[in-house]
Amino acid sequence: MSLTTFDTATSAVEKMRAIIARCDELEPRIGAFIHRNAEDALAQAAASDERRAAGKSLGPLDGVIVGVKDLISVKGHPLSCASRILENYVSPYDAHVAEKLKAAGAILWGRLNMDEFAMGSSCETSYFQKTHNPWDLERTPGGSSGGSAAAVAAGMCEIALGSDTGGSIRQPAAYCGIVGLKPTYGLVSRYGLAAFASSLDQIGPMGRTVADCAALLQAMAGHDERDSTSLKLTVPDYMSALAEPEKPVRIGLPKEYYTDGVDPEIRAAVDAAVEFYKSRGCEIKEVSLPHTDYAIPVYYIIAPAEASSNLSRYDGVRYTRRSPDAKTTYEVYCKSRGEGFGSEVKRRILLGSYALSSGYYDAYYLRAQKVRTLIRNDFLKAFEDVDVLLTPTTPHHPFRIGEKVDDPLSMYLEDIFTISVNLAGLPGLSMPCGFSSGGLPIGMQLIGKPLDETTLLKTAKTFEQAHNFKDAHPSL
Amino acid sequence: MDAISLATMPEKPVIDIDHVANLARIELTEDEKRVYLAQLGKVLDYFARLDELDVSNVEPSAHAAPVYNVWREDVPAPTMNPADVVMNAPIKRNGQVVMPRVVSE
Repeated sequence: MSLTTFDTATSAVEKMRAIIARCDELEPRIGAFIHRNAEDALAQAAASDERRAAGKSLGPLDGVIVGVKDLISVKGHPLSCASRILENYVSPYDAHVAEKLKAAGAILWGRLNMDEFAMGSSCETSYFQKTHNPWDLERTPGGSSGGSAAAVAAGMCEIALGSDTGGSIRQPAAYCGIVGLKPTYGLVSRYGLAAFASSLDQIGPMGRTVADCAALLQAMAGHDERDSTSLKLTVPDYMSALAEPEKPVRIGLPKEYYTDGVDPEIRAAVDAAVEFYKSRGCEIKEVSLPHTDYAIPVYYIIAPAEASSNLSRYDGVRYTRRSPDAKTTYEVYCKSRGEGFGSEVKRRILLGSYALSSGYYDAYYLRAQKVRTLIRNDFLKAFEDVDVLLTPTTPHHPFRIGEKVDDPLSMYLEDIFTISVNLAGLPGLSMPCGFSSGGLPIGMQLIGKPLDETTLLKTAKTFEQAHNFKDAHPSL
Repeated sequence: MDAISLATMPEKPVIDIDHVANLARIELTEDEKRVYLAQLGKVLDYFARLDELDVSNVEPSAHAAPVYNVWREDVPAPTMNPADVVMNAPIKRNGQVVMPRVVSE
């Protein structure tokens, strides 16, 4: 009996047709996809049906429809990072995860909207469109993987790929009432992922259930020599671990995450989850992550610094868009970038260039890297006494579209509970744990020890199967 | 927000927006310069809180976990074909990317 919710009994073509029809109906209101190619998806589905009819199934993901965030390369598919500067780019090769999922028979479906170059928490910085939260169309789905979260929540794919640099999988998962997992840094190869901040970026699954996410992770994880930070290890059998009986774990509650700054309904939902785990025999301990307050300045120095370097490749020379007004080489760079990047991307490149510039490097970048060490040490110390940490995923409910666009700092502060996990390279999972009185999903975050996705997934599953949040769907 | 300045931090962050835009190779409009200057100033003020910490004996982390150079044998292997390498270039000719002349006559 399958642990996942994937429908592998129906013909993939039939299933794909139903999904295409659902997208046609819902997309005018949701706007999750930047690009859809029904013909290509149906061809992939037909190939899956043929394989399976011939008894040559490639495994449990054969015929499963996976939405793809628009920064992961799929050969022959467009890739824009939701940016004007890449508006006509087509991937000449497959990302490592695309290769792995194709080898597993998955159908790679569409290009999902995101904040431009994954810089944002609401999908509002996309050059192409806004994405609307399926639970309340006036609100954002979160970001940057907001298209992925909205598509899964609205049933426009069976599961999706996201990427997470500071919370970009977990925050939209929380906002849209689904499960999102950011793996340990180095577990999933970044080859073919358009880079934002290389020491923080990680690809991960966003799905309806914990087991769905585990199944996708199983297919994607493992060493790839084309990413020098990819870890050499034997990937654990997550699916078998999920099938084993639960066992109580020691759960830490970082006191810095349980403050007055958290919305009372979110606090109540997370408190109820703590009580649930207690009733299951888990030991609950308060722990301290004393440098939590410094995580936002550290992140917003390191990530823009790395981005300013990574995004230097978009220079009007090699990729799709060059300013028609550029007459000299220097103008090709400056005008193409000035016209091609949106305001948040420019803001972060400027910030990063400033932080790395002569005279300021030690004060900003080097100091931030040192505080990053302190933040990681906080976690390692906490994990001497506990197996997982439990926190809210976000301090507030999904905000309204347009509410924060003019105040970058207030947008940055919303990342408070998710970014430390990236700075420390840990696995983090967000899952639904309740609803607000207004019917908005609430997410809680489980944080694990490095490479202990198994405990993270099992702990999440324990909660999931005792509650029915996964069965709640937005009325659309 | 109380900015505590230590020796390493300039009294008040001075942003020469033209200089930074040049480093970033981004042409900005006058409006953008004004807006970014104000917003970045606010963000940098917020960053000043990092000066509260004594990090003199702390090693910097470039990555979350130690990362070392990875070497491989220099063995010939198939790569992308040249046409695919330049397929996304905005202007190309004979399999090469075209740029404005860089040497004057």
